[in-house]
Amino acid sequence: MATKAESRLTTLRVVSYALVITWLIIAAFPFLWTVWGSFKVQGDFFSKADWTNAIYGILTTRETGGAFTLNGYFGAWIQEEFWRNVFNTLVIVFFTVCISLTFGTLGGYALARSGFRYAFWVLMAALAFRAMPHITLVSGYMLPFFEWNIWGLKATTVIVLVAINQPFTLWMLHSFFLNIPKDMDESAMVDGCTRFQAFWNVIVPVMWPGVITTGLFSFLLAYNDYAVTSMLLSKPNETMVPAVASFLGSVQVQGNIMFAVAAVVSATAPLFVLILFFQRQIVSGLTAGAVKG
Amino acid sequence: MKHRTFFWFILPTLSAMVLFIALPIVSVFIQSLFVQHEQVLVVSESCGPFGCVEETQVDTEATAQLREEQPLGRFNGLATYFDRSHLASAEIAEVWRTSTGLSSFIDGIMDLKFYKALVFTLTYTFVVTPLVLIFGLAVAVGVNNLPKAFRGVAIFISLLPFLVATIVGSMILSWMVDGEGIIGATLQNIFNDPSLSIKASTPLMWIMLMVYGVWHTLPFAFITFYAGLQTVPQDTLEAARVDGANKWQTMISVVVPHLMPLVSFVTLMLLMDNFRVFEPLVSFQAEAHAQSLSTFIVSDLREAGNPLYASASATSMLTILGVVILLAPVLIRTWRDFNAKAH
Repeated sequence: MATKAESRLTTLRVVSYALVITWLIIAAFPFLWTVWGSFKVQGDFFSKADWTNAIYGILTTRETGGAFTLNGYFGAWIQEEFWRNVFNTLVIVFFTVCISLTFGTLGGYALARSGFRYAFWVLMAALAFRAMPHITLVSGYMLPFFEWNIWGLKATTVIVLVAINQPFTLWMLHSFFLNIPKDMDESAMVDGCTRFQAFWNVIVPVMWPGVITTGLFSFLLAYNDYAVTSMLLSKPNETMVPAVASFLGSVQVQGNIMFAVAAVVSATAPLFVLILFFQRQIVSGLTAGAVKG
Repeated sequence: MKHRTFFWFILPTLSAMVLFIALPIVSVFIQSLFVQHEQVLVVSESCGPFGCVEETQVDTEATAQLREEQPLGRFNGLATYFDRSHLASAEIAEVWRTSTGLSSFIDGIMDLKFYKALVFTLTYTFVVTPLVLIFGLAVAVGVNNLPKAFRGVAIFISLLPFLVATIVGSMILSWMVDGEGIIGATLQNIFNDPSLSIKASTPLMWIMLMVYGVWHTLPFAFITFYAGLQTVPQDTLEAARVDGANKWQTMISVVVPHLMPLVSFVTLMLLMDNFRVFEPLVSFQAEAHAQSLSTFIVSDLREAGNPLYASASATSMLTILGVVILLAPVLIRTWRDFNAKAH
């Protein structure tokens, strides 16, 4: 009897290991393959004849003399001026994250400390706004932005991204501030602080873990956005993600798909590093809204 | 907190949301009621040796001026909503009259752009969401069974498909399943069919887009469920074991009910995000085989030189209506909970 139960347990265990390993391979393989392939020539990256070419780089050796080549990166960064898009991304992401967090901490703190009914309504409205498809909002911006001549500017996109970010930021920081005991700022106010002084001197010093977690998600949203940035930025102001997408159209025609591959790898690499260092915060942020209900 | 202080604290975030989320929705609605000016036509008579001929010409200057003065266009009421590229009421009636059976009726409807996009969007949403829930839970249970040392690595790898930009992730996959890419070429070899190509077949393209959807969103369900599994009460598990439940029974009767609130949270998020599916269709260059409501809007806005704001706005309003219908059950429940708490 015991052996039977034991053996069933192990088959179950084997199945569950197999499932996890399959998933991990499916999750990781595309990235490994593309990073490796980005140092090859196109004939190896799309090696229809023999897939081992892509690993050993037979054609790459024949064409460039070495098994690895930086041609794709050179073409993307220098020839197609991808560094401009990287710079634009840095500017837009930096300002989006800073402004969203400033607005979000103030609003989230107020919502967490206010017991009035309208605080609930603000949160519900934020949830409804979170559900709006970004592209429908974009179709509302286009005409007015063209009329006011502010289409295509970096500043416009920053403000739009901040606004789209707010519902999520507000919910995250609201639930974070609920966990900071009310007594802390209220005792400061008993001692004669105004509400803002209490916030500034008592809450701000202890809020950084929550702010960092929320900031990571603001960063990801701004960094990964395509719907807004591709429609609202003019060509010279484009960030990395829409640039990669437009690479696909223009470069494919010239037969230089490796430029796009190199650009994709360049845009993904920072995210690897980010996950490596902030895995704990990302996981806690993803589950914050869920586990607390 | 006093009303005044609350107001000043909430002002920046609220004004950002009102100005750039609420007002654009109003603006979309207004735009959807107008339609672009017709071209100004001038009729002139030119007389030649063989009599006089009336010629109709477009007065480009006057048209441009009219468009400049009234960028919204002329008022059109709800007509855009019912025209051929949206709800197509006239065409539907026509199809209804001429169709010989259910299948010809469906064929007739699938010829209409809007319904095609709607059918794809709904299929995508209702195929990807349950698959992600099931596989996400399975992977979460699997990772939870792993020795502690490996869990961190498993989570790190799992986060990659979710956190990488949708457009970038789908582009990576599209290269691999390309006829010349590793997966595409291998499939051609296995089925011994060199013409097998995702870009050439509508069903394959749909399947690929949904596979991508599962690959991209599974980590979110997995992480949430994994966090939930850490909070399953050990006493209940112990009690189930003592009562003779096997692993599977424990899973169904103890673990899954414990995770139920998380399931509804994840379902809500997945429905919201899958309904707006957009980027994968761009990366896979799927426009010939699949359109979603979002790509439909974009193709109207990208119309070279002459964006169709009215059409894009009408689709946007219908999309928002779709979101509202999808989320209505959840919103009604929240409203009830809130009222129950208040009384």
